[in-house]
Amino acid sequence: MYVYDQYDQQIIEDRVQQFRDQTRRFLAGELSGEEFRPLRLQNGLYIQRFAPMLRIAVPYGLLSSRQVRMMAKIARDYDKGYAHISTRQNVQFNWPDLEDVPEILAELATVQMHAIQTSGNCIRNTTTDQFAGVAKDEIVDPRPWCEIIRQWSTFHPEFTHLPRKFKIAVNGAASDRAAIEVHDIGLEAVNNAAGELGFRVSVGGGLGRTPVVGSFINEFLPWQHLISYLDAILRVYNRYGRRDNKYKARIKILVKALTPEVFAERVNAEWAHLKDGPTTLTEAEVARVAAHFVDPAYQPLHNQDAALAQLDAEHPGFARWRQRNTFAHKQTGYVAVTLSLKPTGVAPGDVTDKQLDVIAELADRYSFGEVRNSHNQNIILADVEQTQLFSLWGELREHGFATPNVGLLTDIICCPGGDFCSLANAKSIPVAEAIQRRFDDLDYLFDIGDIELNISGCMNACGHHHVGHIGILGVDKKGQEFYQVSIGGNSGREASLAQILGPSFAQDDMPDVVDKIIKVYIEQRTDEESFLDTFRRIGVAPFKERVYAANH
Amino acid sequence: MQRIIKNGQVVDESWHLLPKDTTLDGLSNCDDLIVPLALWVEHPSALKARDGGLGVWLDAGEEIEEIADQLDNFQVIALNFPAFTDGRHCSSAYLLRTRYGYKGEVRAIGDVLRDQLFALKRCGFDAFALREDKDPQDALKAFEEFSEVYQASSDQPQPLFRRRA
Repeated sequence: MYVYDQYDQQIIEDRVQQFRDQTRRFLAGELSGEEFRPLRLQNGLYIQRFAPMLRIAVPYGLLSSRQVRMMAKIARDYDKGYAHISTRQNVQFNWPDLEDVPEILAELATVQMHAIQTSGNCIRNTTTDQFAGVAKDEIVDPRPWCEIIRQWSTFHPEFTHLPRKFKIAVNGAASDRAAIEVHDIGLEAVNNAAGELGFRVSVGGGLGRTPVVGSFINEFLPWQHLISYLDAILRVYNRYGRRDNKYKARIKILVKALTPEVFAERVNAEWAHLKDGPTTLTEAEVARVAAHFVDPAYQPLHNQDAALAQLDAEHPGFARWRQRNTFAHKQTGYVAVTLSLKPTGVAPGDVTDKQLDVIAELADRYSFGEVRNSHNQNIILADVEQTQLFSLWGELREHGFATPNVGLLTDIICCPGGDFCSLANAKSIPVAEAIQRRFDDLDYLFDIGDIELNISGCMNACGHHHVGHIGILGVDKKGQEFYQVSIGGNSGREASLAQILGPSFAQDDMPDVVDKIIKVYIEQRTDEESFLDTFRRIGVAPFKERVYAANH
Repeated sequence: MQRIIKNGQVVDESWHLLPKDTTLDGLSNCDDLIVPLALWVEHPSALKARDGGLGVWLDAGEEIEEIADQLDNFQVIALNFPAFTDGRHCSSAYLLRTRYGYKGEVRAIGDVLRDQLFALKRCGFDAFALREDKDPQDALKAFEEFSEVYQASSDQPQPLFRRRA
C-alpha cells in the first residue's frame, strides 16, 4: 500500500497543528460554533446525539495491520471500545471528546492516517473495489489512481468550499463493486483498442434525497489528463452548482439542469485551457505511486480445489462459509476472505478494540499485514493461501467473524441511525437486528441466495437504501418512526434505483414485510434466478400486492 | 480606520468600498474607490475619467468573465464572500491570475476569516479585508499553517508530483 514520504507526512503533521489550534480557539471562545462547524466537519467531526462522532479517513479502504492496531487503541483510549466501518470504507468513532480530537489526530499521524475531508462540502474519501489488485476480473488496478486523486483532492485550495459534498469512486474491474454510477464522479479505468489506459467518466450520480444514476460524459479520457479533467469538472461545479438550497446543491442537480450533454460541453471548454498544462500526469509519478501497489511476495502455489472440497465434505460449516465468505483470487493458490461484521445482535459494521487487534494479528499471519474495509461494512483479508483457509476459518469462528452470510439477506448495509446519529429520522440498527433474527435459518438464507438489503435512518441515505435490492428508509411521521420499503435497486454495473412499494410500515412490521417480499421471490423465481432478476422480470406489482394484502 | 492584510502585512486601508446601490451622483473624484460591478458596467467612461484610483468588486454570483477584457482599468479587484463557506470566488481569483493574467490586487471582502486565508492566498488573493470583528494581526498566522501543498494553483504552478525530490 502507499507509504508516505516526507512531503505527505509533513502535510498531515501540519494539519494536526492546524486543527489543534482551531479546537483551542473554539474552546477559548475565539471561534464561534458557526465558524468552527465547517472546520470540524472538514475534519470528520460531527456533533452527535451523545458525543461528537469522529470519522477517520481510510483512503480507498486500505489499512495496514499497524493502522488497524491504532484503530484498536483509539477505540480503547477514546471511545467505549468500539469502531464502526462506514459505507464509504472509513472508520467512525461515536464517543470521543472534542477536547481529545487533536490528540487522536496526532496519534493517527504517527501511522500515516488522518481525518481530512471525511465530511463537509469538499471532496471526500475516494472509494474503490474492496478486491482491487486481487480480483480475477480486474482490468486495471484502481488503487494508484485513487492515491493520485487523494493527493490532488487533499486541501485543494479552490475546492474546499463546494456547494455540497463531493464523492469520487474508481473501478477497474469487469464487475463494478465500487458503485461508481451513484457517485458525483465515477471513473472506470479502461484500455482502448490501442491498449492505452484511460477512464470512462460518469458525473452526477448520487443517493441522498434525490437519487440519480450518473451520466457518462467522456468515454475515454487518457490517463495523463485525469487531474486536469477533474479540475475542469470541479471548477464548473464550484462556480455554477446551486448554493441557494442545500437539497439541490449536489452536482447531479446541475448536470440535470444543464443536461449531461451541455454539462460535458462546459467541462470540455474549461478543460481546453488546462489540458497539457503542469497538472498533466507524468509516467514517473504514476510509476512512483504504482510501485506501492505491486503484488506482495506471493509464493508459487497450486489451487487446492480437491483438498478444500474434501474439507467441505467433512465440515459443512466450513463449506458454507467458504461458499459465501471467500472470493476467487487472481493468483493461483490464494483466495480473498471476507470477515463478516454482520453477526446477529451486533450493529452492522461494528467491531470492538479487541477484535481489531485480532484482525491486525490475522492480517500479519495470513495476509501480508494488510486489510481492506468494504463499502458493505465488512473487512477483507485479500491474500490468504488456500492451504491456510481451514485454520483461518477456525480462528475467525473463535472471534465472531465467520458468520457465513456475505452477500446474503443478513449481510445488511446499515447506517448508525437514530441510536447515534442526530440527522436520523428513525432507528436503523434495531430494524436490521429484527430482520436478522427472523431470518436465522441458514438453509433458508442460502436458498434465498444473493440479495442486498440496505437500511438508512433518513433520506441522507448513508445506508444506500436506494440501491439495495431491498431498501429500507426510516421516516418520521408525526413524531413516530416509520419505514418506507423499496425494491429493485442495484449499485453495480447498469446501476438502477429502487422503486418504492407504497405507504410506510411500523418498526414491528418490518420482519414480516421483508418476509413477504422474499416469499414472493421464492414462489416466482425460475431456476437460478436471483432476486434482482426476478424483480426485473415480474415488476413491482406482485410484491406490492402481497405486502399490502392484509391492509385491505 | 480599517486595517487589512496586504501581501502578508497588516496595513491601513486607503480604499473606499462602495455599496451595491451606488450611483455616479456625488462620487468623489480623488478618492480611491472600489465600485460595484453594476456601476462599472453602466458608466465605464465616467469612472475612467476620474482622478482617483479605481477598483471594482464582484458579488459571489457575478462572473469575472464580465470584466476579463477590461482588467487594465482596475488597480483592485475585490471579490465578495457572502459567507466564508461560499467558495465560488476561489475559482474567480484563480482564473484572474492564471487565465486572464491580472497583476493588480485581488482582495477578499465580506465574510473573510483566518481559517480560509491559506487557501485563498493559494488561489491568487493577495489582500484580505477580514470581517470587522476579527483581528488581522492574529490572522497572519494562517499563512504559515502548511509548509507543503499537493496541487498546482495560482501561487505554485507546479504540482507536488513535479517537485518531489
